[in-house]
Amino acid sequence: MDKKDPREKIALPFFGIPRLIPFAKKYRKAIAGLVIAQVFTSVSDVLRPVLQKFALDHFVKEGTLQGIIPFALVYALLIVATAVVSYFGVKGCLATEVRLDRDMRDKAFKHLQELSFDYYNQNSVGYIHARVMSDTSRIGELITWQLFDGTYFALFVIGAAVVMLGIDVKLTGLVFLVVPVIVVLFSFFQKRLFTLHHEIREINSNITGNLNEGIVGAKTIKSLAIEEKTDSEFMEETSHMKRKVLQSARTYGAFSMITNLASSCALALVLWKGGILAYDQVGTFSLFMSYAQDLMEPVRWLVEVLSLLVQAQVNIGRFTDLLAKKPTVTDSDEVVAKYGDAFRPKRENWEDIKGDIEFRDVDFKYPDGDEYILENFNLKIPFGTNVAIVGETGAGKSTLANLICRFYEPTRGELLIDGRDARERSQLWLHSALGYVLQSPYLFSGTIRENLVYGRPEATEEEIDRAVKLVSLDGVIGKLENGLDTKVGEGGDLLSTGEKQLISFARAIIKEPKIVVLDEATASVDTLTEQKIQSAINEVIKGRTSIVIAHRLSTVKDADIILVVDDGKIIEQGRHEDLLAARGHYYDLWMKQYEDAAISEAWEKMKQ
Amino acid sequence: MENKPTLKKNNGGSQLLLQFLKGSKLYFVLSIFCSAMTTLIDMINPQIIRGTIDNAIGGKESGFPVWVNDIVEGLGGFSYIGQHLWIPAIAIAVFGLFRVGFQFATTILNTTGSEILVKNMRDTLFSHISRLPYSWHMTNSTGDIIQRCTTDVDRMRTFVAEQLTSVFRILILVAMSMYFMYTMNVKMALIATAPIPFILAYSVIFRKDMHEGFKVCDENEGKVSDIIQENLTGVRVVRAFANEKQEVDRFSKANEYYCSLWVHMGKVIGKFFSIQDILCGMQILLVTVFGAVFAVKGQMTAGEYVAFVSYNGMLSFPIRRLGRMLSEMAKAGVSLNRLQYIMDSEEEEDRPDAVEADMTGDIRFENITFSYEEGHDVLKDINIDVPAGSTLGILGGTGSGKSTLMLLLDKLYEIPEGHGRITIGGVDIRDIKNQHLRKNIAMVLQEPYMFSRSLKENIGITKEHLQLEDIRMAADAACLTETIEGFTEGYDTFVGERGVTLSGGQKQRAAIARALTQDAPIMIFDDSFSAIDNQTDAAIRESLEKRFGTATIIIISHRITTLSRADQVVVLDGGRIIEHGSPEELRQAGGMYQKIYEIQLGIRGEEVSANG
Repeated sequence: MDKKDPREKIALPFFGIPRLIPFAKKYRKAIAGLVIAQVFTSVSDVLRPVLQKFALDHFVKEGTLQGIIPFALVYALLIVATAVVSYFGVKGCLATEVRLDRDMRDKAFKHLQELSFDYYNQNSVGYIHARVMSDTSRIGELITWQLFDGTYFALFVIGAAVVMLGIDVKLTGLVFLVVPVIVVLFSFFQKRLFTLHHEIREINSNITGNLNEGIVGAKTIKSLAIEEKTDSEFMEETSHMKRKVLQSARTYGAFSMITNLASSCALALVLWKGGILAYDQVGTFSLFMSYAQDLMEPVRWLVEVLSLLVQAQVNIGRFTDLLAKKPTVTDSDEVVAKYGDAFRPKRENWEDIKGDIEFRDVDFKYPDGDEYILENFNLKIPFGTNVAIVGETGAGKSTLANLICRFYEPTRGELLIDGRDARERSQLWLHSALGYVLQSPYLFSGTIRENLVYGRPEATEEEIDRAVKLVSLDGVIGKLENGLDTKVGEGGDLLSTGEKQLISFARAIIKEPKIVVLDEATASVDTLTEQKIQSAINEVIKGRTSIVIAHRLSTVKDADIILVVDDGKIIEQGRHEDLLAARGHYYDLWMKQYEDAAISEAWEKMKQ
Repeated sequence: MENKPTLKKNNGGSQLLLQFLKGSKLYFVLSIFCSAMTTLIDMINPQIIRGTIDNAIGGKESGFPVWVNDIVEGLGGFSYIGQHLWIPAIAIAVFGLFRVGFQFATTILNTTGSEILVKNMRDTLFSHISRLPYSWHMTNSTGDIIQRCTTDVDRMRTFVAEQLTSVFRILILVAMSMYFMYTMNVKMALIATAPIPFILAYSVIFRKDMHEGFKVCDENEGKVSDIIQENLTGVRVVRAFANEKQEVDRFSKANEYYCSLWVHMGKVIGKFFSIQDILCGMQILLVTVFGAVFAVKGQMTAGEYVAFVSYNGMLSFPIRRLGRMLSEMAKAGVSLNRLQYIMDSEEEEDRPDAVEADMTGDIRFENITFSYEEGHDVLKDINIDVPAGSTLGILGGTGSGKSTLMLLLDKLYEIPEGHGRITIGGVDIRDIKNQHLRKNIAMVLQEPYMFSRSLKENIGITKEHLQLEDIRMAADAACLTETIEGFTEGYDTFVGERGVTLSGGQKQRAAIARALTQDAPIMIFDDSFSAIDNQTDAAIRESLEKRFGTATIIIISHRITTLSRADQVVVLDGGRIIEHGSPEELRQAGGMYQKIYEIQLGIRGEEVSANG
């Protein structure tokens, strides 16, 4: 659940539809085709009462069946032709809808690959996901089908008006007399309906939130014995919902009541003033009666579509806001010109990366934070150095890694890679030389092999084999029936955490990186796996510049430099022995972990 | 959904539906009635027009029933009406007024029914779920339950409030227009109705084929959605491996395929609707042509013809809709079953003779043996006496069964008969009411859950209308005051899923404060000091002693310092008590307690010896 963005605008000009024109442009021809199809359909529907009129005037009144066969044929032909046109209409409209969806999703997805991490930190995965999937499909559906229907109704109204005007101007006037009434009414009701819709959505999300809490927090609720309290709170929300929905039903009901009444009035007016026509023109009379009723359909549609538009503008707003969001870390035009961007890299211009890193006079604060985390920070990390960053969970250990990976950029000062400001080369250039292993190893669904070559699809079989052996994964893979081609499941969930971790190490090794970042890579695994991982770490950092973020201190005591982080800031810096001797924060951390380790070892020993 | 007591399972489903429908049934029935009235008025309009055309204007013999003629005579006769057409016009307007009245009532009644139904379903499920046993919550995935409580509830609402009522409405509409058509002209009516079964059958049968296609589309939508999910979740990996381009390619491929499936479906859907349109159009054509033939042959008047065409026009759209409804209604059965699964799970229940026993007595664990699954004893032969007002310390490694023991005491799991018992003040806890027991045991879990609300509300959630003073006191005792004052919004700081993220230690202290507001005679701290530093740990325990001296306290910890002030300590391993005694005794007993004491002494010498 995300907090509501207060900047989220609810009302956009023309419901935000103008913002979608760039997407629709590509389908000008298809849209034009659909409009033509709808011209045909609406003309055909306008013609049906005319045919009825003809049947009444010609056959019934004159009492002859002459020409009834050609009449039936024409009628049948019209039906079939309309059906054929409607086939192409439906097919074309759906195709346009899904293609628009596809384009919007592609665009959003691609844009997301360029957005910087501050965006990802401020928005949950669920929220972003909904922008790409649900918003686009709702928008696509709205602008295609409603446009499709709208065209039809508009043309039908015009067509019917033309036919009626051609027959009797006065009666036509009577039929259309009700239109201004409805327009006035609509503007009166629309605002209310919108507010109510909005409120209902809010309550609904509260209910879902409460439901979620009741289920996720069930154990706590039980042990506190507060079932009755949570129940009554929940029922309060659902009652609130009921009241609001009913209120909106009353408003909506009143509105549609008045429009329908207007429709009856139109019918009555036609009967009163036009009934006399029935003396000699039964056909004309029936035609007007028929139009007077049919014309209410577009009105009903209008009511519905406007409330849909009101809801859809939220989707449109969110979606276009996502596209308008600018990445905070970008490559300058000159850099892109020389090195290419993420999608069209110019590898031929890339310099080889050596792996020297230097922070020079760096100040840093996160874009959404207000406190400086680094101030005037200086650190040289020559090629091959092993840097460890330690501290308690949540102390802010990832900041330096974020800067080295250029996921964020210094607020002031510079980060030098091989002696030059990182901003002078493209992000992709740096990332291509990076090996990265996360605390919670993240695998993509697919096979083990696909995951191993994730960073270098062209890796040879020997290279894969070598990496697998280096991280002692060969045993595990050997036991699998499909070996390297075993599927790992969504997020790699078919494998154990330790196995996933080892795969992510092998994945980093195959990439042959110059700089390696390990983010708490040893958390939460059993002792045996931990040993395997420790040796994998030693393999992966060999001959590379490495940044190891660790919670367990035993894994970093051989590091060249240890940085101790607390409350977001680096408070100590040095080698293991020096830091212990200093008896500071590192010493405390070390002792606490040493104690825990000793105790669990004692338990283990006793069991044997 | 009739009650057919032959099949037990189905019967259960319809019973559940009836239970959910409690209080809303009448609204739905009334809404169907009002909608029938609306339809009836729709049927009358063509008759007024027919009378106007044929009798009032055309001067033909009336084909209406006697009572209609009587009314017309009362208004001055048909020919008078022919001269004064405002009369039928007013009639149409008046009927129109009734019609919208009924329509309004239909909307309101249906919405009321539907909202009562939804509220009923939600409330019932919510309250049922919170009363299901702890073990149920441990074995069922939260995502799945939430899905059932949202999507399936919504599908049931659609089924009852939209589909079921629509089907009734359409059937009434069909029946009425049939009635009017058959009373006017049987032959014509037969011609008009003959194609209807075919239209309906076509719609039901071919829609099934389309469903297959929809299923494939849905599956592929899932794939597209999964790629996005993976990409967003793994964004750090994507970036660090410079794989943006491959990701975009992978996504575009799946996206394109999904799109192409729908483009194909467009043809299928288009064909379906076009053929349906042709069928319906032909039916209208039949009526138009044969109507004209009958009218010319004098078997039908012009007015009847106009009325007939109107009735026929009212039929074709609802019949198309009926086909859709019928094929979609099948989904509701699945949803009902999914809700049934939740409702069939049995709530915790007190024994019929359960009491609200005095909770200030001694606690005795007697011969307890317990296992979650057959053959894997988690606890074995546990015997502990905890005198009222004393403190019991429990030390144990992972998997020693120490948390299970506390779950048993809180009756979150039930001890099977014959596997020992726990008594409080001599009363078997099996005979104590659950709510009474749990309200009198303040238990702090190791990983406590914070609700999405303010800190104040989180701490004070245990009781109705707790004073801010009490909350402050509890926070103070849990050494949380400083933390709270550090937040700009103090006690009003929003925490939980949608608020500020608390650190592990802050969460534990908030949970301790929350438990203290329970003001219970028994308190359990299940490793709830693990993320709190030693000094704070000591301070909290000190304030506990001071303010809650009379309470019986059970502390589980792996820290000797936390246990050092207990009256007695048991050391658990593999579900058995391996050491039992006062901290002083155990310190020299040569067992695990001593070993751990020495490890901690070796590492944090002065501090441990001062406290221990």
